Amino acid sequence: MGAPNELNLAALAKYSNDFLREVEANVEEGEWVKMCMQCGVCAGSCPFGPDWEHSPQKIFMMIRAGKRQEVLTSDSMWMCTSCYNCVVRCPRKLPITQIMHGLATYAHRLGLAPKMQPTYQWSLQFWDNCTRTGRVNELKLTLGLYFKEGFVAGVKKAWALRGIGFGLLRAKRLNPFELIRGHECKDKAGIHRMLKKAQEIEARRLKIPQFKTEG
Amino acid sequence: MAKKEYAFYPGCSSQLRGSASNYLTSVNSMCEALDIKMTQIPDWNCCGASIGYAGSGELSRHVLNARNFALAETHLPGQDVVATCAACWLGARETKEKLDASSQLMAETNEALKEAGLRYQAKVGVRHMVEVLIEDIGYEGMAQPIVKPLEGVRIAGYVGCQTNRPFGIAGESFENPMYLDKLVETLGAEPLVKYEQKVTCCGGALAFSEPEKSQKQIKDIVESAYDHKADLIVTPCPLCQANVEIYQSEINKRHGTKLDMPVAYYSQLMAVAYGATPKAAGLDGHVIQPKKLQDIAVKVVPKK
Amino acid sequence: MADLKTAAYVCGGCGIAERLDTGQLALIAEREGKMNLVRRHPFLCSAEGVAQIQGDIDAEGVTHVAIAACSRRAKTEAFQFPAVAVSRANLREGVIWVRPANDEAREATQEMAGDYVRMACAELKNMKLPSGHAETGRNRRVLVVGGGVSGMTAALEAARAGYAALIVEKGAALGGWASKLHRRTPFREPFHDPVDTGVAGLIEAIEAEPRIKVHLNTTLTQTGGAPGRFSVRLTNASGVSWVEDAGAIVQATGFTPYDASRLTEFSYGSSPNIVDQAGLEELARAAGGRALRRPSDGGSVKKVVFVQCAGQRDDSGRHLPFCSGHCCGTSIKQAMYFKDADPAVNTVVIYTDLRTPGSGEDFYRSAQAKGVTFTKGTVTGVEANDRQCRVSFRDLILAEDAVIADADIVVLATGQVPNSGVDIEQPERQDANGVQPISILNLSYRQGKDLPQLRHGFSDSHFICFPYETRRTGIYTAGPVRRPMDIAQATEDATGAALKAIQAIENAQLGRAAHPRSGDLSYPIVRLEGCTQCKRCTVECPFGAIDEDERTYPVFNESRCRRCGTCMGACPVRVISFENYSVDTVGAQIKAVEIPDESEAKPRILVLACENDAYPALDMAAMQRRDYSAFVRVIPVRCLGSVNAIWVTDALNGGWDGIMLMGCKHGDDYQCHFVKGSELASVRMSKIDDTLKQLALESERVATYEVAITDLARVPQLIDDYIKVIERIGLSPMKGFA
Repeated sequence: MGAPNELNLAALAKYSNDFLREVEANVEEGEWVKMCMQCGVCAGSCPFGPDWEHSPQKIFMMIRAGKRQEVLTSDSMWMCTSCYNCVVRCPRKLPITQIMHGLATYAHRLGLAPKMQPTYQWSLQFWDNCTRTGRVNELKLTLGLYFKEGFVAGVKKAWALRGIGFGLLRAKRLNPFELIRGHECKDKAGIHRMLKKAQEIEARRLKIPQFKTEG
Repeated sequence: MAKKEYAFYPGCSSQLRGSASNYLTSVNSMCEALDIKMTQIPDWNCCGASIGYAGSGELSRHVLNARNFALAETHLPGQDVVATCAACWLGARETKEKLDASSQLMAETNEALKEAGLRYQAKVGVRHMVEVLIEDIGYEGMAQPIVKPLEGVRIAGYVGCQTNRPFGIAGESFENPMYLDKLVETLGAEPLVKYEQKVTCCGGALAFSEPEKSQKQIKDIVESAYDHKADLIVTPCPLCQANVEIYQSEINKRHGTKLDMPVAYYSQLMAVAYGATPKAAGLDGHVIQPKKLQDIAVKVVPKK
Repeated sequence: MADLKTAAYVCGGCGIAERLDTGQLALIAEREGKMNLVRRHPFLCSAEGVAQIQGDIDAEGVTHVAIAACSRRAKTEAFQFPAVAVSRANLREGVIWVRPANDEAREATQEMAGDYVRMACAELKNMKLPSGHAETGRNRRVLVVGGGVSGMTAALEAARAGYAALIVEKGAALGGWASKLHRRTPFREPFHDPVDTGVAGLIEAIEAEPRIKVHLNTTLTQTGGAPGRFSVRLTNASGVSWVEDAGAIVQATGFTPYDASRLTEFSYGSSPNIVDQAGLEELARAAGGRALRRPSDGGSVKKVVFVQCAGQRDDSGRHLPFCSGHCCGTSIKQAMYFKDADPAVNTVVIYTDLRTPGSGEDFYRSAQAKGVTFTKGTVTGVEANDRQCRVSFRDLILAEDAVIADADIVVLATGQVPNSGVDIEQPERQDANGVQPISILNLSYRQGKDLPQLRHGFSDSHFICFPYETRRTGIYTAGPVRRPMDIAQATEDATGAALKAIQAIENAQLGRAAHPRSGDLSYPIVRLEGCTQCKRCTVECPFGAIDEDERTYPVFNESRCRRCGTCMGACPVRVISFENYSVDTVGAQIKAVEIPDESEAKPRILVLACENDAYPALDMAAMQRRDYSAFVRVIPVRCLGSVNAIWVTDALNGGWDGIMLMGCKHGDDYQCHFVKGSELASVRMSKIDDTLKQLALESERVATYEVAITDLARVPQLIDDYIKVIERIGLSPMKGFA
C-alpha cells in the first residue's frame, strides 16, 4: 500500500473506538457514551435545545464517529443549564448532564474549550470565586462578570441592569458590604490545601499530560 | 414529641446579606412554628454548584461536599444534613451517592480531606428541607400551626429543576410533581389545576451568561402563571426565585410585556400562614411585592 | 328419531318482562310460530328455568327448543342442550338494550321482539340436530416437512404430547440453517452473549425419541386426503417411493437467504471480504472460536462493518420490501464474534432502525457495552480493493455523507426468502431470488399443489389471530415459511403448530370442525342430483376442501371443511346446506317477519351480520346501551361468504326496504375468520345490481359494510344512517306483492 494521503488519514480515524476510549478514560461518566441508542429524547427535552449546534445525541454520535477536535472545541456542551431533564427522560439512563459537564471540563483541561464562550468564562469565574474563601461572594461574582470585558463595558452593563441592582439593594438581597469583607470560611487555608490535593489526585489518576492544575 | 434536629446547610445564597436571605428568614420562622431545630454546620463551605464544573473537575466537587459532611458528623452527630438550596442539595446528594458507590472515590476524597484535618465516615444523611417537611412532619403536621389560612390566593407551584431532577422528592413524578400543589392546598390557598411550565428550566446559572435565552424561559414560566390566573408563583429553589422574579423588568423592556408576578418561597407561605410578621416571613425581600401575602401577614388574628 | 316436537320459552328476566309484553310474545310463538309447547319464565337461565326445559325434553319428548331471552352469545352454558336443536330469539341485547325505555318507543320495540320470536320459531322448524360426519379419519401421526429447528421442535413437541411424528427432510442431515451457524443469539437470561445453537442437542433428542421417525434425502411427491386421513407419497434420492399415512401435517420448510449477488451496489462477489450473514457464520465456524481472519489474505481484522437491511425494506421494487426481523440481532451477535475474541477490533453496525424486539434490547445493550459502534445511516455503496473495503453511507444523525475506507470485512444483512413452494395463483411466478419454485407438498387438491400464499411468498396465515392456521385444514406452518423470524420465534412457532396439528387430529377423529368453529358437528351436505357442475363451490372454498370428480361434481372432504358456508353462499341452485344452517333456516326467518303495510311508514331493514365480528359488536353496543332503530331485524350468519343471493332476492320481493350486509375487513390485512368469505361476499354483492334493476329497485337497497368487533360505537351509527337513506329513497314498492 502506498503512503496514505491526507483524506485517507482523516478517514482512518473515523468510526473507530479510539476517541470513545479516550472519553471513557478521562471524562466524568464517559463510560456511558457508548450506551446511547440515538433516540433523540435528550435533544427534544433540552430547554436550550434549539440553541445548541450539536445536541447531546449528536455529541455522543460524534464521539463514536471519532470526531475528537469537533467535539472538544464545540460550544455545545457549554449550553447545558443543568436542568437534568435529559437525564430523567433518557430511556438508557445516561447521566447526560454530568457527561456534558465532564466533556466541557475535559476540553478546558486540554486547552481546547472555546475561549470566548460566556458560560465557559462564567464557570471558571464561579469556581474561582467560591474556592477563594470557601463561599460565594455574589457581589464580586456579579461585578466580575460585568467587568470581564473591561472597565467601560462593565460600567455600561451595570448601568443597563441598574434597575435590578437597586431592586435587590432595596430588598436587602445585595449588600455593598460584601465588597469589603464578604462571607468566608474560617478554615480557608485548609480548604485551599484540600482542593490542591484533590486536583493533584485527579491529575494523577487521569494521566492527562496537558492537565492544568488550579491553585 | 421530641424536637426534630437537623444539621443545617443554608448555602451561599441563603446566608445573611445573600440574594436569598429572605429564604433563610422565612425558613427560620417556619421551623420555629413547626418545632424544628436547625443548627448550622460550623464553617460550612460552598458546594461548588452546578456551574463550577469547568474549574472543579469531579473530585474537588466531592471533596467540598464531603468537608461539610465531615463537619456535620463531627459537630452534629446523628443529624441529617438538610439543605434549603436546590443546587446545594443536589451537589451534596450526588457526592454522597457517588462516594457510597465507589471505594476509590471515597479513598481519594479522604486523602484530600486529610489536608484540612478531616475525615468523612459516610454516616451522614443528606436531605432537602422539603423532604423534611413531607416525610418527617407530613401535610397534617404542616397544617397544625396554621392561624391564617391563605384563603383566596391562587398560587402557581413552580417546582423548577433541581429539587425535581435527577433525584426529586420520593413518590413524585418528574413530569408533574404534586407536592407544592398539595402544600398550597394544605395552607388553605388554591393551587393551579394545570400549570404547563411547572418543571420548566429558568435557565439556572446561565441567566448570567446567556441572559436572552434564559429570559425567554422565564417569560414562559411567568406567562403561564398569568394564563391560569395565579396571584403569585411559589418555588422551593433560591435560583428559580431570583431568576423568575428579578428578570421580569428586563423581560418587560425586551419584549414590551407587563409582567409583574410575585415569586415567593414555600417557606414564606408557611410562615405567613403560621402568623409571622411580614418581616419574619421575609416579605420585605422582594423586588415584586407579594401583595396578597403581605395583606394576610398584616391582618391581626385573635389569639386562640 | 322421534317426531318433531317444538317448544318455545319466553324469559322475563333482565328487565324483559318490564319492557315487553311477554304474554303477547308467547302468543306469537304459539299461534304464528306454531310451537307445540310455549312457556314463560321469569328467570330462564336460573337452575330452575334450565331444569324446566330439560324436564320438557326428558318428559315431553321435546326435540326442538326456541329460547326467547338473551343473545345466542350469552348464557351458552346454561342453555346447552346437546340432545336437541336450539334456536334463540335475542330479546335482551337485540331489543330492550338498544331501545329507549319510554312510552313513545314501546310499540316499535314490542314489534321488534315479536319478529325475533317469529324468526326463532321459523329457524327452529327448519333445523336438525347435527349428527356429525361418520367417515372420520383416525390416523394420529403428525407428519413434519423439514428437519430444521422448526421441524425438529414440532416433531419433539408432538412426541412429548404422546403423538407419533415423522420428519421428512429433503437434505442429507437434520439441522437446517441453524446447523450452519457458529452461535445463535441468546434466548435466555441474561441475553448478553451469543450461545450454542442447540442443534446437536435437538438431533440427539430426536434420535432418542422412539415416537419420531426420520426420512432424510426425501421429498413429498403427492399429498392427498384430509385431517385424520392424509396419505402422503414420499420419494427418496434413489427414486424409491412409498406411501405414509398421517393425521396432520406441519410444514416447516424454512427460508433461503436472499441472494446477495443481486446486490450489485454492494459489490458482493467482487471480494471475499464482502460476505453475507451466512458467509460470516461460515468464517466463524472455520475459525472455531479463534479470531476471525481477513478472507482475502488471512490478515488480521481491525475493522468490520455491518450493513443492515441489505436488499431489505427496499422501496425500489428490486429487492425484498419487508424486514426479516432477525438480522439486527444476528449482526449484533456477529459483531460480538469479533469483540469477544479481541476487544480492539472496531465493529460498526450501520442501521436505519435497529429492531431488537423483546429481550433483544438487552442483547443490543450488551453489544454497546462491549464497544460495538451503532451508527444510524443508509449505506450507498461498498467497494473493495485487494485487502480492504470502502463503505460509503449517509450518517443520519450527523446528517452528513461519511466513508469508512478501512473495513477489513463487510457483512451484508440480507433477508429471508420463504421456501413456500409454488404460488398456486400464479404457478409460473419466480420467487424473490429469481428461482422458479418446485412444489413442496404436491397436494392433489383441486385448487393447487401448495399452500395459498398471502404476501411476498409467505404462506397465508393470520398474523395475530390465528398464526399457524393455513388455508388447508390439518396442515399448519411453522417458522420462516409463514413470516420472517429468528430461531427463538421459530421454536415457539413450531410448538404452536404442533399443538394445532394435535387439535386437528382429535377433532377429525370425532367428526368435528377445527378452527374457528371448533367442535361444530355440522358439515356441508350436498344434494348432488340438483348440482349443475358449475364449480363455484370447488373454486371458491377458501380452504380447498372440495375436490372434483371426473365429471366435475364436487367431492366434499368434510374434515378439511371449516363450516363457513361459503359453498352454500356460492351455490346458484342451492343444493348445499348444513343440518342447522341452511338456505331455509335463514330464508324462513326472512319470510317470518311481519312486513307492515306501506301506509304504516315503518320500514324493515334486514341485517345479515357476521357471527364473529359484526354480531358481537352489536351485542357489545347493546351492553353499552347504545340505541339504534327498531326497524332492523338482525340475523347472524356464519360468514358473509355464506350469504346466498336468494336471501337478498327473497327479502326484496317480500317487501323489505333495505338490506345491510356486515362482514369483516378483507384484502391483505383481512380480519375474516374464513380468510376469503367476506371478500367473496363483496364480489357477489357488487353483482347484485342486476337483480335490483330487474326488480326496478334502487341500488341503495343493498349495502355492504366492513365491520370489526371493536366497532361497537360505529355499528348503531351505520344502522341509523342507513335508515336515513331508506327514508330518503322511500319505502319499497314491493310491499304487498308477497
